[in-house]
Amino acid sequence: MTVTWYVVLSSFLFAIGGAGVLTRRNPLVVLLCLELMLNAGNLALLAFSRMWGNGDGQIFALVVMVVAACEVVVGLGIIVGIFRRRIPEDVDALSELRG
Amino acid sequence: MIFQDIVFFIAAIGALAGALGVVLLRNPFYSVLALVAHLFFLAVLFLLLRAQFLAAAQLIVYAGAVMVLYVFVVAYIGGAEEPLGSTVPGVRALGVVFAVCVLAELCIAVIGTGLQALDTRGAHLPGSSFGGPGQIGTLLLKQFLIPFEAASYLLLIAAVGALVLARRRRGMEEVIEEDGRTPSGYARPDVERLNRYAGLDAPRG
Repeated sequence: MTVTWYVVLSSFLFAIGGAGVLTRRNPLVVLLCLELMLNAGNLALLAFSRMWGNGDGQIFALVVMVVAACEVVVGLGIIVGIFRRRIPEDVDALSELRG
Repeated sequence: MIFQDIVFFIAAIGALAGALGVVLLRNPFYSVLALVAHLFFLAVLFLLLRAQFLAAAQLIVYAGAVMVLYVFVVAYIGGAEEPLGSTVPGVRALGVVFAVCVLAELCIAVIGTGLQALDTRGAHLPGSSFGGPGQIGTLLLKQFLIPFEAASYLLLIAAVGALVLARRRRGMEEVIEEDGRTPSGYARPDVERLNRYAGLDAPRG
């Protein structure tokens, strides 16, 4: 498969993830869709890394995975905080979250 | 080569189906399971791109550890089925329109940058250890030491942040008590909420 196929697949996955972020209301599912977008970016990075036969893109993808893990930890902490304060889990209703 | 093409198409269709499942399934628990399937097929694509180390990390760290964290949180807050789309009319259509715009823009970017340059199977890598743990480790410690350290600090800060978010604060307890929870912070069984999740009650107004 040529690199084009991977890049096109990655842009489709990114658009699907973006649609999820924009349309879903549960903050947990919004986080899942953010994961989709980050992974689409990873796929493009790896495709270009393969294209040049150079490992730098793979290091970049590894760093993206680290950032995604941090985002998950903080995001899930906030969601559990939202649940504890009995604020409805709905991004339309989430207008305030004070410590 | 033909074998690789077949594997690519199977994995690509699987990844697309998983992504659509995450966005379209109404139950958050099923969304998480669809994301696990998506990550598995993505790891297959990583293997096709000669990124063996990242494929393994994807399966072990993402599909293993991070998704278990998601499943725990879904089980904790209760996987309430939510209606798709916004309460405000028209916002959902606007979201889909924006996503289609992003896709069109990405396609223009891919085509505009010259498909000629992209139309390659990649550099020739004769029997090299490209993408293996050895190469990744050498690159991380020789060429990308500062990003490596920055990533480790980021993980440390995220762990501290999670602790701060999960801590029970002084001064929050009155609020919690007013709210009908015990001072220890454990919620009493919330009949209204349980009924709502079981579908016995009308949704909150």
